[in-house]
Amino acid sequence: MKKLLLLTVFTLATAVTYAGGYRVSLQGQRALAMGHTGVAVVNSAELGFFNPSGLVYLENKLNISVGGFGVFSDVVYQNEQTGDFARTNSPVGTPLYLYASYKVTDWLTAGLSVYTPYGSSVEWEDDWAGSHLVNNIDLAAIYIQPLVSVKLSPYFSVGGGPIYVTGSVNFNRNLNRTLSDIDGNRSEVTVDASGVSNWGWSASAMFSPTEDLRVGFNYRSEIILEAEGGDADFENIPNSPATPFADTQFSAELPLPAELTVGLSYQFCEKWLFAFDYNMTFWSVYESLDLDFVNPSIPDSQNARMYEDSSIYRFGLQYETNELFTLRAGYYFDESPVQEGYFAPETPRNDSNNFTGGLSVNVNEHFAIDASFLYSRFKEVGASYDFYFEDGQAVPFSGTYKSSAFTPGLGITYKL
Amino acid sequence: MKNYIKYLPFLALGVISCEPELDNPVDKVGFYSNGEADFTNYVALGNSLTAGYADGALYITGQENSYPNIMAQQFAKVQETQLFTQPLMADNAGGLLLAGNQITSNRRVLAFGPDGAPAPKIYTGMQPTTDITNVLSGSFSNMGVPGAKSFHLVAPNYGDISGVPVGTANPYFVRFATSPSSTILADAAAQNPTFFSLFIGNNDVLSYATTGGVGVDQTGNLDPSTYGQNDITDPQVFAQVYSTIVNTMVGTGADGALVNLQDVTSIPYFTTVPNNALVLDAATAGSLTGFFQAVAGIFTQGLLQQQVPLAQAQALAAQYAITFNEGPNRFLIDVPVSQSNPLGFRQMTAEELLVLTIDQGALAQGYGSVVLSPEVLQVLGILQTGGQPTPEQAGLVLAAVSGVDDKDALDSDELSNIANAQASYNATIKALAQANGLAFVDARGTLAQVASGGIPFDAGVVTSQYILGGAFSLDGVHPTPRGYALVANTIIDAINATYKSTVPKVNIGAYGTITLNNDVQ
Repeated sequence: MKKLLLLTVFTLATAVTYAGGYRVSLQGQRALAMGHTGVAVVNSAELGFFNPSGLVYLENKLNISVGGFGVFSDVVYQNEQTGDFARTNSPVGTPLYLYASYKVTDWLTAGLSVYTPYGSSVEWEDDWAGSHLVNNIDLAAIYIQPLVSVKLSPYFSVGGGPIYVTGSVNFNRNLNRTLSDIDGNRSEVTVDASGVSNWGWSASAMFSPTEDLRVGFNYRSEIILEAEGGDADFENIPNSPATPFADTQFSAELPLPAELTVGLSYQFCEKWLFAFDYNMTFWSVYESLDLDFVNPSIPDSQNARMYEDSSIYRFGLQYETNELFTLRAGYYFDESPVQEGYFAPETPRNDSNNFTGGLSVNVNEHFAIDASFLYSRFKEVGASYDFYFEDGQAVPFSGTYKSSAFTPGLGITYKL
Repeated sequence: MKNYIKYLPFLALGVISCEPELDNPVDKVGFYSNGEADFTNYVALGNSLTAGYADGALYITGQENSYPNIMAQQFAKVQETQLFTQPLMADNAGGLLLAGNQITSNRRVLAFGPDGAPAPKIYTGMQPTTDITNVLSGSFSNMGVPGAKSFHLVAPNYGDISGVPVGTANPYFVRFATSPSSTILADAAAQNPTFFSLFIGNNDVLSYATTGGVGVDQTGNLDPSTYGQNDITDPQVFAQVYSTIVNTMVGTGADGALVNLQDVTSIPYFTTVPNNALVLDAATAGSLTGFFQAVAGIFTQGLLQQQVPLAQAQALAAQYAITFNEGPNRFLIDVPVSQSNPLGFRQMTAEELLVLTIDQGALAQGYGSVVLSPEVLQVLGILQTGGQPTPEQAGLVLAAVSGVDDKDALDSDELSNIANAQASYNATIKALAQANGLAFVDARGTLAQVASGGIPFDAGVVTSQYILGGAFSLDGVHPTPRGYALVANTIIDAINATYKSTVPKVNIGAYGTITLNNDVQ
C-alpha cells in the first residue's frame, strides 16, 4: 500500500512529454507510460526505437510491439489589445509504430522498426489574426529502419541501422495581412509535397554492469527532407500585373533534427524499475523555412526559425503488481527549441511539463495489451514572432498562447 | 484490478482539461468593460462615411469595413450585443440600378496600363446588380446614407423612389427606408438603440468643395428646400437639424458619440494635384514672362485708347505682367471679372487648391497658363520686333490666356466659405456633445494628423497621400478600410474616455487599402 501511495504521488508530480518543435515523442506504450524513457530499459521490442543495442538482451526469440496513439492537441491564442481570439481545431493525430526483433543467435538479433517521430497538425480558423503566418499545416514523416543488435560481452552491446524516411507536408497561409480579390477573399497559398524521402541512420550502445543497473546511449542522425517539385497553389489572387501569383512548383528543405539520448535504469525491491533519460535534440539545424518558387516572378518566402538545441529530462517508474498487471508512471520536462521572438503559430509550443501513466495487461505468456496516456501541461505564454515583414518592415505578431495536449495510446506486445 | 481503478480519475482529469483555457480569456464577458455605456443595440447615423462608401461607390466589402461595423465587432467583444445589420449591396461592383438602368457608377480599382503605370479606373469585371426597386425588408443598424446632408436626415420622402429622378430622394435610402415617407432619423430612433453614433455634416460643404465652389454659400438662407446640390448649408440650419437629431436619439435613452467634421480641403481630392505643377525650363519661363508682358502691354494700350490716364492704366495692367521662373510655377485661375481685375484671371495663391478630377492632360497642353497656337506666336514675334499688332491680333493674345475654370479649383474666397461653415458646424457638434454628456470625437484632429506627417502603425505610417498613403480610397475623398479602422479607433478612444469603458481598438495594419484589379476598360 505504501508503495502504491508512492506511485500515486509520483504520478501527480510528473508532467509529461510532448516534445518541442514538431518532434512527436510517442514511440511506444510502455516507454511513454514511463515518461517516454527507454534508452536503458530492456522490456519489449520498443527498444527498436529507444536503443536497438538492447534488443539482443530480450529473452524471447521473436518480439513484436505494435500500437498507436490519438493526439488531442489544441492551442488558444488571444491579443488583449485588439480582442482577437482564436482556437485551433486540429485534427486528431495518430502516430503509429511497429517494432519487431528476431534473435538469430545468442549474440545477434535482427530487427525492423517503423515509427513516426516527427509530425505536426495544426489547424487555425481560416483568416484568423495570424493567417499571414499559417492557416493550417500537416506534416508527417515515417521512419523505416532495419536493425542489428550485437552482444559484445555479457555487459555490453551495440546496435543500429540505416533509416529510410518518407515524408509529406501540406501548408496553407494567407499571402499577407490584407491582400484579397475583388470580393474580399483573402489571397492564400497552399504548398503540398508528398513522397519526399531521404536516408539516415542510428547507432546505440548498452552497458549492464550489474543485473539491476543498465546504462544506455542512442544517437539518431539528422535527416533533411528536400521537397522538390512540390505544388504551390495560389488562390484568390487579384487580377493584376502587380500580383503575379500563378500556380507553380516549389522546393524547400525541412530538417528532421538529430537526437542524442543517454540514460539509465535501475531495478529495485524486485518489482520496481526506475528509469531516467536525457534527450538532446539538435534543433539548431532549423534556421529558416524557405520556400523557393520555380516561377521567377513570385518572390521566394523566407521565414526565420532559428531554433536552438533543446533538452528533455525524462523520469519513469514501473511496478509489477502481479503476473497480470504492470503499472507505469512518468514525468518529463520538455524544453522548447523556440527562441524569444521566433514563436510561430505553426508550431506553437513552449516549455511543457508532461505527465504519463499506463499499464500492461499480460493476457497470456505471449500476448500483452499495453495502454498509456500522456497529459502535456503548457504554461500560458506571451510570445511573438518578429520576423514577418511588410514592405521591408518587421511586423511582429504577438499575443498570449496556451497549448494543451492529451494523448491516450493502445498497443500489443507479442513474444514467442 | 482495484489498483488499476485508482488511476481512472487521473485519466478522466486528462480528458477534461484537453481544451486549453487561458487564465483571463478575452472572449469571456467581463474581460473588457462597457463602463457606463450600453452597446447592446448600436445604431449608426451618417452619410457615405458611415455607410462604408469607398472608391466612388458602395459595395459589400466596403460596407463590411465601415467604421460602424468595425466598432460593432469590437463592442461584441465587450458585451452580448444584438447583431449589427447593414443594408448590404448585392455585389462588389458597386453601381446602383433603377429598374435596370445604371444610375451610379461602379467602384474604382487600381489598374496597370500596358506601360506598367498604375491608374484608377472604373471596375468593369462584373455587372452591377443592386437595383433600388428591390427594397430590403426590416431595419438596419447602419443608417449611413451616401450623399445625405444634415437636413436630409429629417427630410420626409427621402426614401421615396419617385423622388430619385428629380433629386428629392436618395437612391441609397430608397433601398432600406421602412416606408417611402419615413425619415432616416425616424427609422433610426424606432430601433430603440442603446447606443448611437452621429457623423453628419460633411456633405453640407463637401459637394460645394468637390465641385470647385460652383455652388452657393447659403449662409443666411434658412430654407434648405431652396438649396442646390452643391451649396453650403447655413450654419443655423445645420445647428437646428443637428440638435433635433441629437435630442431625438438621446430621447430614446441611448448613449452616444458625436463625430466632428474633418477639414475637407486636406483630403487627397484637393491635395494631389499641386497648384504649382507648371514646371518650366528657363527658355519657356522666359517666353511665358515675355508673353504676359505683351498681355500687359496690349491691355495698357487698350485702356489708353479708352482714355484711361496712363498711370492708372499701367497700374491696372501691371497685375498681368506675371513673371515665370525656371522650375515649378503656380497655375493661373479664372476669377470673376471685376473693376480691379478686368481680364478675370490671376495666378493662384499658395493656399488655393486644384481638384483631383482636373484634366491633367489639358494642364500639360496649356490649361492653367497659355495655349500658344502658331497664330499667337506670330503676334508675339511682331511684338518682339517692336511692331504694332492689329486689334484682332491683340485679341488673339488675350484669348490665349487659359486660366483654370472655377469648377476645377478652390480659390481663397471659396476656401474661407468652407472654413467658416465647418468651424461653425464643429462648434455646434462639440457644444451638443458637452450639453448631452455624449462622447465627442475629434475626427478632424485625427485626419489632420494623417494629412500632416501621418499616423504610425505596425507596418509603417498611414498618410493622406493619394493611392500610396493608405488612408484614402481611389475617389480621394472616402477612406480605405485602413482609414475607416483609424476612424473606428478614434471613436472608440472617445467612447472609452467618456463612458469609462475599455472597448479594445483594432490593429489598423490588419485592414487593407486600395484594391488592385485589371478588369477595366
